[in-house]
Amino acid sequence: MRFPFPPILIYALRRLLQAVPVVILIMIGTFLLLKLAPGDTVDALVGDMGGADADFIARLRAEYGLDQPVWVQLWRYMTKLATFDFGWSFVYEQPVSTVLMDRLGTTLLLMATSLSIAFTVGTALGAIAARRAYSATDNLISVLGLVFYATPSFFLSLMMMLLFSVKLGWLPVGGIKTIAGFYTGWDHVIDVAKHLIMPTAALSLIYLSFYLRLMRASVLEVADLDYVRTARAKGAGEMRLMIHHIMRNALLPVVTLLGLQFSTVLGGSVVVETIFTLPGLGQLAYQAVVQRDMNTLMGIIFLCALIVVVVNFLTDLLYARLDSRIELA
Amino acid sequence: MTSYFRSLGLALAAAGALTTASAVAQAEEVQKGGTVVVQMKGEQRILNPGLRASTGVYYITGKIMEPLIDKSYEGYEPVLATDWSSSDDGLHITLKLREGVNWHDGKPFTCDDVAFSAMELWKKLLNYSSALQANLESVDCPDPHTAVFNYSKPMPMDLFLAAMPDLGHPVPKHLYEGTDILKNKYNTAPVGTGPFKFVEYQRGQYVMAVKNDDYWREGYPYLDRIVWRFINDKSAAAAALESGEVQESGFIGISMADIERLSKDDRFDVGTMGYENNVAHSTVEFNHRNPILADLKVRQAMYHGLDIDYAIKTIMRGYAKPGRGPIPTAGGANYTDQVPTYAYDPELAKKMLDEAGYPVKDDGYRFHLRHRPAPWGEYTQLWAEYYAQAMKEIGIDVEILTNDAPGFLKGVYRDHDFDTANGWHQFRSDPAVSTMVWLRSGQPEGTPWTNQFGWKDAEIDQMIDDAASELDPAKRAEMYHTIQAKAMEELPVIFAIEHPFISVTSKKLHNHHNTPRWNSSSWYDLWIEQ
Repeated sequence: MRFPFPPILIYALRRLLQAVPVVILIMIGTFLLLKLAPGDTVDALVGDMGGADADFIARLRAEYGLDQPVWVQLWRYMTKLATFDFGWSFVYEQPVSTVLMDRLGTTLLLMATSLSIAFTVGTALGAIAARRAYSATDNLISVLGLVFYATPSFFLSLMMMLLFSVKLGWLPVGGIKTIAGFYTGWDHVIDVAKHLIMPTAALSLIYLSFYLRLMRASVLEVADLDYVRTARAKGAGEMRLMIHHIMRNALLPVVTLLGLQFSTVLGGSVVVETIFTLPGLGQLAYQAVVQRDMNTLMGIIFLCALIVVVVNFLTDLLYARLDSRIELA
Repeated sequence: MTSYFRSLGLALAAAGALTTASAVAQAEEVQKGGTVVVQMKGEQRILNPGLRASTGVYYITGKIMEPLIDKSYEGYEPVLATDWSSSDDGLHITLKLREGVNWHDGKPFTCDDVAFSAMELWKKLLNYSSALQANLESVDCPDPHTAVFNYSKPMPMDLFLAAMPDLGHPVPKHLYEGTDILKNKYNTAPVGTGPFKFVEYQRGQYVMAVKNDDYWREGYPYLDRIVWRFINDKSAAAAALESGEVQESGFIGISMADIERLSKDDRFDVGTMGYENNVAHSTVEFNHRNPILADLKVRQAMYHGLDIDYAIKTIMRGYAKPGRGPIPTAGGANYTDQVPTYAYDPELAKKMLDEAGYPVKDDGYRFHLRHRPAPWGEYTQLWAEYYAQAMKEIGIDVEILTNDAPGFLKGVYRDHDFDTANGWHQFRSDPAVSTMVWLRSGQPEGTPWTNQFGWKDAEIDQMIDDAASELDPAKRAEMYHTIQAKAMEELPVIFAIEHPFISVTSKKLHNHHNTPRWNSSSWYDLWIEQ
């Protein structure tokens, strides 16, 4: 070994280097794609204002650099990005980095809770369903999974809102906290948690059904393999058999899905955050598209690309941990 | 009921029975304090009405910053200006300013603020206002509470007054002078003289303002706090109203179906009251560069093909009237209904199209049009769909090209890439500062909501220019009647439906929608049942 580093570090370094061209390509691609959308942020702004005169419009375009050719705009943007300068948001009149950091927490909180609920509950239910395959329990779980799978999250969100907020009055309609409630300490934590119940449920149920269905199929497959029969012949109890021999192997495809879906959850959060008016990246992205806020949108995409690259790296590490035959190379 | 109380109160007070009079006053039982939560559809980029003329901006900042003059149902109401007069030649307008008014940071409000705002913001930077104040030469301050506006061409007093409630918001000079005005931090943290003081703007969530204890109207405001919550999803907004989290949703913030449903719910007041100054027209706009549409007979036939009453009933749920040209009924003296109209008559429409030389061809249509609908809410889309359907009846194929706002504005106003378009356009108190830009040719290329339709009529242009500087209100009104009739005859644009906006308001609110531009006004007398 020529390098005095542990192999995992070398692996990480190589993955990092591989990520750079990927991110650059993503950024250039999205920049050009966004430029293909008709209209720019000045059109959107003037639309919001209900009209403006020609001088005003020309002055804004010049100020925002939109009077330059696309290639110049792209070059300017990429050179700034190379120094991690995300530029200025003309919609929020703040640096894009400030806007992003304000929103990142909410989205990560929403994603982390939704995905962990979806993953733990989904795999557990899937495993139970597989162990009792074709029984009443299995049927119930499978039907539930299918219903969640088939229900779009916006519909689920609105139905929950109708039931729990309008009819029952238990949960707040939207937002991240009670405005003008001025809660502090634990009251604040409980307040935020109450606001997150419905969005988390809406976002996690659909993914829960993915994991459930995949885990059920995977457990059924693994349970028939030779080494499980061997373990059973050696006298391993059902519990030990399930946890040590079946689950660990059945989890591999589910973990793959977890890594892949991290990015789709980001997409799903656009809908849920917009309906529940949660100040997260998803809602920000939607607004940024509507307002043609290029810098903010590019910042979000950059951040999401980074998150996905990191998550994929972690997934690979997790593979190696779950199945020692997989080597990091 | 109220008028009975009022006259009773007057009679008793006149009789000197003061104790009884105060008992009558208590029948209103004003409750002080409390928070009102308002739904907003779109996020606002900046919160400075001196820089952005837009109802979204007034909806928030109207409570924080005040105009010189506002409008009530009785007429113009003195706010920061107490008195106004014009010289005989119309070149000088003198305003007396209110004394003893302080900005929220404690500095006094004086003529310097008005002069600075007028010259640096209203004349140079404020949309709509830069056209209005184009001839403003200077603003003199003979004393701290007198402002004299000097114009190089006569400025009609009624035009000036009509514009002031929207386009007359002063900003504090001491916070703006010597800064880059467009980038000034107070553009998103407004400092005004209004009944409420700005607290914070949490992007994507809310704007909050609290009671101004130093407000110049003694004893006001009643509320402790106003919160504007940004809820873009219409169904979620309706749920927020129903669950009581939000008490007011203005400017048609929820779907028409929900508006109709909540109008039958006794927890809400639903209606168009308080929007008399914010009336809009749903339109059909023609690209006159298309030779087919340049034919007057075709445009008239198309108007005959539209069943306006049906559209009002089904799309606007009855909250509208048929349009009568570029000036709505809310235009006051400048409005007339003595104009040519086009009754729904598809057979006549077909006959006219045949006569114009566009018979039905082999594919079943007379001709094909590409239509761009404005994405301004549900009813605008529905109106586009109805229009396409109605045109099909008379043998015109309309292909709808849907875009979001920036795409629509670019397609219609910058690229002129359309045959017909539809949208709605607000009438802003006076035709000279609003709908006339629809008819006047020579608008700078690419300016949204102006005549980018390739329509040019020297006679109308001349009439518009003359009316804008006519000082005699009666003569001016007459000129606008002529323009209105001519516009209905020539149909450069079909001003099909006149409609105010609609509010859904919780009945817990009192003194709401009591001025013609209530959602933009200061809400100093609004109170809420606790």
